[in-house]
Amino acid sequence: MTAPAPPSPVPADAPAGGIRAGGGLWVLLVLLSHWRRSPGQLATLVLGLVVATALWSGVEALNEQARASYDRAARAFQGAGVPALVASEGGDLDQSLFGVLRRAGWPVSPVIEGRVRIAGEPFRLVGFEPLSLPAGSGLSALGGGGADGGGEGEAFTNFVLPAGRTLIAPETMARLGAAEGDRIATTEGRALPPLLRSDQIAPGLIATDIGFAQVLLGREGKVSRFLLGPGEGAPLAEVTDVALRRVAPTGDDDMERLTASFHLNLTAFGFLAFLVGLFIVHSAIGLALEQRLAMFRTLRACGVSALGLTGALLAELMVLAAAAGLAGVAAGWLIAQALLPDVAATLRGLYGAEVSSVLALGPGWWLSGLGISLAGALAAAGAGLLRVHRLPVLESAAPRAWEAVSRRRIAMLGVAAAGLLALAGALAAWAAQLETAFAAMGCLLLGAALALPAVAGRALIVAESLSRGPVMQWFWADTRQQLPALSLALMALLLALGVNIGVGTMVGSFRETFTGWLDGRLAAEVYLRPGSEAERQRMHDWLAARPEVGAVLPSRAEETRIAGWPVELQGFTPHPTYRQNWPMMAILQDGWDRVAAGTAALVSEQLARRTGLAPGDPLTVPTPGGDWRLTVAGVYPDYGNPKGQLRVAVAELERRWPGAALASTAVRADPDAVPALLAALAEGTGMDPANMIDQAALKRESTAIFERTFTVTAALNTLTLGVAAAALLTSLMTLATQRLPQLAPLWALGLTRRRLALIEIARMLALAAMTALAAIPLGIAVAWILVAVVNVAAFGWRLPLHLFPGEWAALAALALAAAFLAALAPVLRLARTPPARLLRIFADER
Amino acid sequence: MNAERRHVLKALAACAALAPLRAAAQGFAGLGAEAGGFAPVLPSTRLVFPADHGPHPDFRIEWWYVTAVLTGTEGAEAGVQWTLFRISLAPPGEGGSGWQARQLWMAHAGLTTAESHHHHQLYARAGVGQAGVTADPLHAFIDDWQLVETAAPASGAPASALGPLRMAARGGDFAYDLALTTERGVALQGIDGYSVKSERGQASHYYSQPFFEVSGWIAPGGQRRAVTGRAWMDREWSSQPLDADQSGWDWFSLHLPGDEKLMVYRLRHDTGPAYVTGNWIAPDGSSTRLDPGAVEVDALGEAEVAGRRLPVRWRIAIPARGLEIETAPLNPQSWMATDFAYWEGPVRATGTHPARGYLEMTGY
Amino acid sequence: MLSVTSLVKSYPTPQGRLEVLRGADLDVAAGECVALTGESGSGKSTLLHLIAGLDAADDGEITIGGTPLRGLDDRGRARLRREHVGLVFQQFNLIPSLRVGANLAFQARIARRHDPQWEAMLADRLGIAALLDRYPDQISGGQQQRVAIGRALAARPPLILADEPTGNLDEATSEEVVRVIRDLVRESGAACLMVTHSTHLAGMLDRRLHLTGGHIA
Repeated sequence: MTAPAPPSPVPADAPAGGIRAGGGLWVLLVLLSHWRRSPGQLATLVLGLVVATALWSGVEALNEQARASYDRAARAFQGAGVPALVASEGGDLDQSLFGVLRRAGWPVSPVIEGRVRIAGEPFRLVGFEPLSLPAGSGLSALGGGGADGGGEGEAFTNFVLPAGRTLIAPETMARLGAAEGDRIATTEGRALPPLLRSDQIAPGLIATDIGFAQVLLGREGKVSRFLLGPGEGAPLAEVTDVALRRVAPTGDDDMERLTASFHLNLTAFGFLAFLVGLFIVHSAIGLALEQRLAMFRTLRACGVSALGLTGALLAELMVLAAAAGLAGVAAGWLIAQALLPDVAATLRGLYGAEVSSVLALGPGWWLSGLGISLAGALAAAGAGLLRVHRLPVLESAAPRAWEAVSRRRIAMLGVAAAGLLALAGALAAWAAQLETAFAAMGCLLLGAALALPAVAGRALIVAESLSRGPVMQWFWADTRQQLPALSLALMALLLALGVNIGVGTMVGSFRETFTGWLDGRLAAEVYLRPGSEAERQRMHDWLAARPEVGAVLPSRAEETRIAGWPVELQGFTPHPTYRQNWPMMAILQDGWDRVAAGTAALVSEQLARRTGLAPGDPLTVPTPGGDWRLTVAGVYPDYGNPKGQLRVAVAELERRWPGAALASTAVRADPDAVPALLAALAEGTGMDPANMIDQAALKRESTAIFERTFTVTAALNTLTLGVAAAALLTSLMTLATQRLPQLAPLWALGLTRRRLALIEIARMLALAAMTALAAIPLGIAVAWILVAVVNVAAFGWRLPLHLFPGEWAALAALALAAAFLAALAPVLRLARTPPARLLRIFADER
Repeated sequence: MNAERRHVLKALAACAALAPLRAAAQGFAGLGAEAGGFAPVLPSTRLVFPADHGPHPDFRIEWWYVTAVLTGTEGAEAGVQWTLFRISLAPPGEGGSGWQARQLWMAHAGLTTAESHHHHQLYARAGVGQAGVTADPLHAFIDDWQLVETAAPASGAPASALGPLRMAARGGDFAYDLALTTERGVALQGIDGYSVKSERGQASHYYSQPFFEVSGWIAPGGQRRAVTGRAWMDREWSSQPLDADQSGWDWFSLHLPGDEKLMVYRLRHDTGPAYVTGNWIAPDGSSTRLDPGAVEVDALGEAEVAGRRLPVRWRIAIPARGLEIETAPLNPQSWMATDFAYWEGPVRATGTHPARGYLEMTGY
Repeated sequence: MLSVTSLVKSYPTPQGRLEVLRGADLDVAAGECVALTGESGSGKSTLLHLIAGLDAADDGEITIGGTPLRGLDDRGRARLRREHVGLVFQQFNLIPSLRVGANLAFQARIARRHDPQWEAMLADRLGIAALLDRYPDQISGGQQQRVAIGRALAARPPLILADEPTGNLDEATSEEVVRVIRDLVRESGAACLMVTHSTHLAGMLDRRLHLTGGHIA
């Protein structure tokens, strides 16, 4: 038999490059063939990537949705984007002023504004006049290309003449489950004009021609304010006797600024979840590389260059990351979809920000999700790939001694952990910015995770030295040997548990504090919001004559700026109600008296922290009539208020700001008489019941808002915990095959498979219990950073820390259950392995 | 004018289907329909004053239209336009007051000199005091534009005579404030104020007050200049739309020598010859209709205006009266770039009857 | 085909530099199967690895088919291994996740010399034709080494380097494996250098070189 002549040696013109496309693909296929044999590992890797991407992109989706909503709201018609003229003394203006102002050359456009309830939910109704509407008000057409086809002129006629049209954002329409052309009735029983979809209307707002809105709001002939176009007419004083005040438009970026902390919070939790996911990815990739070292050497020996091999591994990683990323982004979309209603409700309740509850995400979001998956995979695999690239071809192809290498690594990790923890402490101590606070949190978590193997190793050595009997000693020693392989899964579990405990503690602390705080803050039985001075007077007169009313405590509000920061100025009636109930953090001995005398003010915690004010400090408030010099009488907590607040005696406020807006009036009354009192008040004064609220309802509303604030955090938490459990499960499943050779000698020495199985379960439970135990101090540290550092930086208030050992126990039990479940599958496999196979494994082990 | 606002107003312009201004405005709200629920224009109707100076809300469309040819103290010529349109959004019926009023007001003001042309438009809802017209005294207003009788007519003046008027308007870059006076009565156009717009019978009620003496100031580009001159007021209302094939019109109002006045219009048809008619008004206000065929109106020279070609020089001949003149614009660029865009500006006529007056051209 | 001249190689050790090769010379002609013997630690494997381009010599010259190794970078050396060298190790070094057939064809594929007919013939000659659909862990050690030999030959390299290919095999199987290598190398016209510590197996080959004191004797 003659073989063909061997090919000539390396030709002179041989390209320096490695394998050409066909060969490269082969290398990639060979690499991928590994996963078919280790589906568990593949599952871990993909799961990690999917979860990391899903949580990250889910949170990003929420943020992006909110940002898009703010942007749109800033651009959309709100009726507030341009300056306006309002009644100096508050309340409505007479419509006849419209013609008067227009004829005097003032480019005004009338707007009436109010709330209507639809299906019990309040909506802002804006009635405007399309012809005179100034530019910049955000409305450029009367229809969004909806049902009113035909000419745009027809759209105008349809809008202003009966039955009119109700402009409504698509999201709002979807929320109401209504369709274009529907005539929805308000809770008061008035039918809105037929709905017309408009993309230019902010979500949560409905708009009609002013004529219809006046009727719907029961304010015929009234105008809330006149929007001002560019230019001015004759001096106002010459035009009308009505006192008018010019108000600046609401800043466009206000909402974005106010909600920034909330979104940063979300982002941070998303990032944390992403990190936990990456832990899993890192562990899966590391294991996969480790297990394939022999294969890599063979490939190199067969003529695959180091670069070619690394390239193929990179390609493999990218293929997996892209597939997992796609799934992750899709899952992220689902997560966002599920969480959006709560996020939207929180933003609405806390900041009054309307966020569309219909998820609309652009290709940018999908791509960035995919990108983060690829980048995450790369980050998690980078070190491993580098190691493969530098892998000496000649080193013994026998699997590396896992433990020896890892011991060194554990020691290094211990050092890194100590450094990180020290950094976390330093950052937390000096954190003033939210970013620093989260950096401290990151260092703490990472440090704790990295310290886990060292700490657990120590604990196991101690356990080993304390235990008696060969089996127990073997148990601890073997557990210690298992530690490196399991450590990443355990780290993930530790992080998830720690964050869970931390966030749970924060939420619990908040709830505990908030409930007590609300009790003190809402001491009056009834709160009323008069719409105008006239109504206020009517209401006061009426209440004064009622025997069941103990005290009527009116208040006024004004906005000012202190140190460049927007501050609410609240004028309240000095009354024992406040002195006895108002929760204070610190107050001068004669503080209340000095406030009543008009020489001092109470400042909110946010304002105090921001400006460094403390009781006794001087404080200057700019007023229209010059500076008002005050002393800080005390500092009170003002949870949840994005702005600073300053409380002064209402009489003093009125004196300095004659046009100060009416705020709520607190009424002390016999609690039992409240329902009857409110009914009689509505009847007696014609006051809208929507503007009356009793203490219980107000507390209910406030609590609901705050509960929802943490819904998303809690949900992300639960997801993270689930992920950690899943990681533990897959890690164990991967290890199960490797375990058999280690267990076989024991079986040969006379331990029954049943006993071996029990030992395996006990081992997992021991490891999980140790992790859970370690998670408790970590959780407390996380909680402390949250309430004492993050909250202060993000919201300006600090919470007292309360501890909830019951919750820790529940979480520990959950962790043990997860560990039990995770250990069960491999153990069952062990128990079912026929003795013959165990024997062969034993024999094969040389 | 900003883009957003313009969009809303465009919507209104679309109502009128972007057809020639005066003509098309008659077709507003219910294109193609006959009077369609609105009051019909009948030859038997006799105009009554001062009531007919006021609005006729039962008719679909109506206007108060004043043009003035002016001369400054240094001899510079100028022209001014002040127009208020009333447009019905829906046929008359129950209700319709306040915000639900069915009337829409629209106004155009123009100021033309040899160097510049300025214009502005306004819109307003009826029913809320932003715009409106009363007959006695005449008070037409929209925002701070007005055409208002500042005193009662002289005693012994005809019933149709108006007292002294103040006419004022302003836009972004111009303003004017003029006093208009005459003791004479109005001149009825067409036959007794019944003005036929085509051979198919479309018509309007139409009268004019062409005898105003004017003084006051104009401010093109901010600088006030004292002016004097003559003004011509047109009042017209109708319900019937024009024919679909009437593509636009060319309308002249000329102050002839000897205090005679000439109004001529040429309604162009897509198919067939234009419908050309007018009225010859004697100094005593008596008005004679010029039957179709009696007037010749021919375009002489075109100019490029606002991206299109328009005939800005014309020849008018009325052989029976020995009139043969040619008109030339003060400023060929007298383009009203309003939502309904058209050409309107002062012209000077030379020939047998040297004259000054106004030309309006729509549908180009 | 293979020419080694004055090859020098030393390794740093805690006791100082260990000079493994001190000017080794050897030549292997095409179609020739040469045994390389020597004491444990005499540098046999080192020599082989240097020839395979897995490691770099301190001095001296290696040429394969006239191409000097010196001056080739990692990619060039990888290309050389891929296309001109077939390596057989003591550990069989099969890819556990690939079936026997795919393992056999692997190097030929990445060298773009995949020839199913030739591979089928090799499988036949190596007695593994019935095992092609199995995974490496489902066949015996001797069978695995036959697959590794097949893999080295499948790409038709002009040079086969075998490093104790029978080290993990029993005596009877070893003889059989060496015979197969020898026969197939002869038939394909390639050159072969086989490291072995067994004088018996060395005697089965065409020529025997002995490495001692860093020199070829």
